[in-house]
Amino acid sequence: METLVALSSGFAVAMTPYNLMWSALGVTIGTAIGVLPGIGPALTLALLLPVTYGLEPVSAFIMFAGIYYGAMYGGSTTAILLNTPGESGSIVTAIDGHAMARQGRGAQALATAAIGSFIAGTIATLALTFVAPLMVKLALLFGPAEYFALMVLALTTVTAVLGASLSRGLASLFFGLALGLVGIDLQTGQARLTFGILELLDGIDTVIVAVGLFAIGETLYNAARYRFEKEEIYALKGSKWMGKEDWKRSWKPWLRGTALGFPIGALPAGGSEIPTFLSYLVEKRLSKHPEEFGKGAIEAVAGPEAANNASAAGTLAPLLSLGLPTSATAAIMLAAFQQYGLQPGPLLFDNNPDLVWGMIASLYIGNALLLLLNLPLVGLWVKLLVIPRPWLYAGILVFATLGAYTLNNNVVDLIILWIIGLIGFGMRVLDVPVAPCVVGLILGPLAEQQFRRALAISQGDPTVFFTHPLSLGLLITAALLVLVPVVLKARQNRREQDAQAQI
Amino acid sequence: MLLNKLGSFRYMLAAVALATGTMTALPAPAQVKGLELIAPASPGGGWDQHARAVQQVLQKLDLASGVQVANIPGAGGTIGLAQFVTAKKRAPSMLVGGQIMVGAIVTNKSPVTLDQVTPLARLTGEYTAIVVPTDSPLTSFEQLVEKFKADPGSVSWGGGSAGGSDQILAGLIAKQLKIEPSKINYVATAGGGELMSSILGGHITLAMGGYNEFAPQIQTGKLRALAVSAPERLAGVETPTLKEQGVDLEFVNWRGIFAQSGIKASEKKQLDEMIGKMAKSAEWQEILTQRGWIDQYQPADQFAGFLKEERAQIETTLTELGLVK
Repeated sequence: METLVALSSGFAVAMTPYNLMWSALGVTIGTAIGVLPGIGPALTLALLLPVTYGLEPVSAFIMFAGIYYGAMYGGSTTAILLNTPGESGSIVTAIDGHAMARQGRGAQALATAAIGSFIAGTIATLALTFVAPLMVKLALLFGPAEYFALMVLALTTVTAVLGASLSRGLASLFFGLALGLVGIDLQTGQARLTFGILELLDGIDTVIVAVGLFAIGETLYNAARYRFEKEEIYALKGSKWMGKEDWKRSWKPWLRGTALGFPIGALPAGGSEIPTFLSYLVEKRLSKHPEEFGKGAIEAVAGPEAANNASAAGTLAPLLSLGLPTSATAAIMLAAFQQYGLQPGPLLFDNNPDLVWGMIASLYIGNALLLLLNLPLVGLWVKLLVIPRPWLYAGILVFATLGAYTLNNNVVDLIILWIIGLIGFGMRVLDVPVAPCVVGLILGPLAEQQFRRALAISQGDPTVFFTHPLSLGLLITAALLVLVPVVLKARQNRREQDAQAQI
Repeated sequence: MLLNKLGSFRYMLAAVALATGTMTALPAPAQVKGLELIAPASPGGGWDQHARAVQQVLQKLDLASGVQVANIPGAGGTIGLAQFVTAKKRAPSMLVGGQIMVGAIVTNKSPVTLDQVTPLARLTGEYTAIVVPTDSPLTSFEQLVEKFKADPGSVSWGGGSAGGSDQILAGLIAKQLKIEPSKINYVATAGGGELMSSILGGHITLAMGGYNEFAPQIQTGKLRALAVSAPERLAGVETPTLKEQGVDLEFVNWRGIFAQSGIKASEKKQLDEMIGKMAKSAEWQEILTQRGWIDQYQPADQFAGFLKEERAQIETTLTELGLVK
C-alpha cells in the first residue's frame, strides 16, 4: 500500500508537462542512439552529464531513464532491417529478425519487438516497483561459482544456433571462444594473443564482431551472389500489422523473455546479452516450429527483445536500492547521482522519495511514449528495404563502418571490423553459421573469469561448483537442456525403427 | 538517411545543451584557445570525469576557450598515452592520467612511457579502504593480519584489475608484514558493482577500493572498514589508518594531468599557471566536494619529483608480485 501511495506521488511528479517533455526528449534521443551502432546509452549520458547540471535532478533522471529505455528499443530496428545490431543486447534479434525482414515481414518483426519491449518494460518496471529489494538479495547470493554455472547454462544456447552441421557449428563456436581470449587477462594482467599490438590489449569488442559477421559478411555475400541468383527482398508483403497468428505466437515469448530478463539484469554481472541468448534457446525448445528458427521465426524476435528491455529495468534495481552499478550506463547514472550530491542506496528512498518515485513513474510513461513513437514509424522504417540493392548494400557497409569507428574513435577497430567481415563472408560461403561464434565470444571470457575466481577463492577446490546449491541447480538445468532433446530424439528414432521393423 | 540521423542526433544534443543554459557563456578573452583534453578511458570513468571537470572549470573561469574532451580508451590508459605522444601538435593538448597508468605501462610493456610526456600537475587523490562485510568474523585489522600470516591463501583480496592500484597496495602491505607478495590470493574484478556485490554477498574475504565507493554501505552498516591508507584519519571517519595499526604505509590513488614533451618552457609555464589557478578556484573545490575527491594538487615541479619516486615504487612492487618478470 505504502508503495502505491509513493508511486502515485511519483506519477504526480513525472506527469508535469515540464517533466513529460524531458521524458519525451529522452526516449527520442535514446531511440536515435539505439539505431546508430557504436553510440550507446553510456556514451550519450556521459556527454550529457555536464550539460544537465543546471537541471533539476528529477528532470535529468527522467530524461536519463528515457534514454536508457529508448536505446534498448532502438537497437532492434537496425538489427532487423539492416542486420546491424546497434547494441550487444540486440545481436540475437538480428538472427531471425533480419530473416523476417527479407521475407517482407519486417513490419511484423519491428512491431513484435516494439510491443514486446513495451510489455516487458512495463512488467519489469512493476517488478522494480514491488520486488526490487528481493531481487537484490537474490543477486548477492551470486558468487563466482554461481555465475560460472549461469554462463554454462547460457552456453547451451549454442545448441539452438548450431545449424545443420555439428562440426561447422562447433568450428564457429571455437573461433568465437578464441577471439574472446584476445587481450589482457583480468586475473594476471598478462596479454594473450595480442601479437604486440597495443590496441588488442583490451580485447575485441563484441559489437564489432557482430557487426562484422552479420552486416559486413552477409552484405558482401549477398552482393557477390547478386549477379547469379536474384533473391526477392520484399519491403512489405501483405499487411503491415501483426496478424492473429503473429499475436498468438508472440505473447508467450514476451512474458517468458521478461521473466528471464529482469532477474538476470539485476545480477551485477548479468548484462543484457545472456537473457537474450537464454530466451532464444527457451523459445526454440518450446516452439512447435523449431525448424523455422534461424529462418524468420517471430518468437525468436519477440522473446529476446522482451528480455533485453526487461534486463534494462533489472539493472536499475541494484542501482537504486544498493547503489550498485551493474552496467556501464548504470555506472554513469551513479556518477550523475553524485553530481547532484545524492548517494544511491537504501537511504535514497527515504531521503529523496520524489526523485526515486518520480523516476520509476517516468519509466512507465517513457515506455508508453516509446510505443507511440515506434509503432507509427514501422511503416516508414521498412521503406528502407525499397532502396535499390546496390545502394542498400553500400549504405549498410558505410553505416557499419561508421558505427565501428565511433565506438572507440580508433582506426584499428576498422581493420578488425573488415577482417572479421571478410571471415564472415568466408563462413557464409562455406555455410558455417555465425551465431555460435558470437555466443562463444561473449560467454567464453565471462565464464573463464568466473571459473578462475571461484577456484581462487576456494583455493583450488573444484567441488565449489557442486556444493553451492544455486550453482548445482543451474548446472543440472544446463545438463538437462542438452541431454533431454538428444534422448528424446534417440527414443523417437528407435520408435520409428520399431515401427518400420513391424511392417 | 544516415546523415539525417546523425545530424538530428547532434541537433538534439545541442538542443538539450541550450535548454539547460550551461553553454550560453559568452566568449571572453581567454588565455588558451582550442585546448584539447585527452581522457585515455571510456566515458564515465574516473579519468573521463576528471577531464570533463577540468573542461568545465577552465571554461567557466575563462582560463581557456573551446576546450574539447576526447576519449581514447583502452589498456589502462596506454593507448591514449601512445596516441598523445605521437599525435601531430596543432592545438595545445593535455592528457589526464593517474597511478593506474604507471602500472599499466610496465605490465603492458607499453612502447611509450611517462618519460615522453611533461608532468603538469597532480590534481586529486583517493585513499584506499579495506572493508569486510559486517557479518565477517574479522572485526579488526589485527585479526585480518593474524589470519593472513597464519594462512595467506585463506584471505581472498578483492579489488580492481590485476596490476592496478589495489593489488599494488596489497603487495606493499604484505611486504610490510614480511610475507611474500606473490602469496596474496588476489581476486581481480572489473571493479564498481562487481566488486561491491562480491563483498556484500560475502564471496570474498575483503575488498579494497576508494573510501568513497564504500562510504554509503559503511554508513548503513553493511560493510565494516578495517583500515584506510591515508596518513591520518579522514575527516569525519572513525576508521583507523594503516599506520596506526602497525603498517607504516601511506598510499594515495592519484590523478593528474600531463602536457606533451616538446613544449617550450614558456608554454609549460602558461599551462602550469592555468592549472594552478583552476585548482585553487572555488569552482574546482566545489566539484571536489561534490564528487568526494580529495585535493592533492601539486604544481609541475613537485609533481615531477613525486612521479619519479612513485614509478620506482610501483615497478618494484609489480615485480615482487610476480606480475612483471
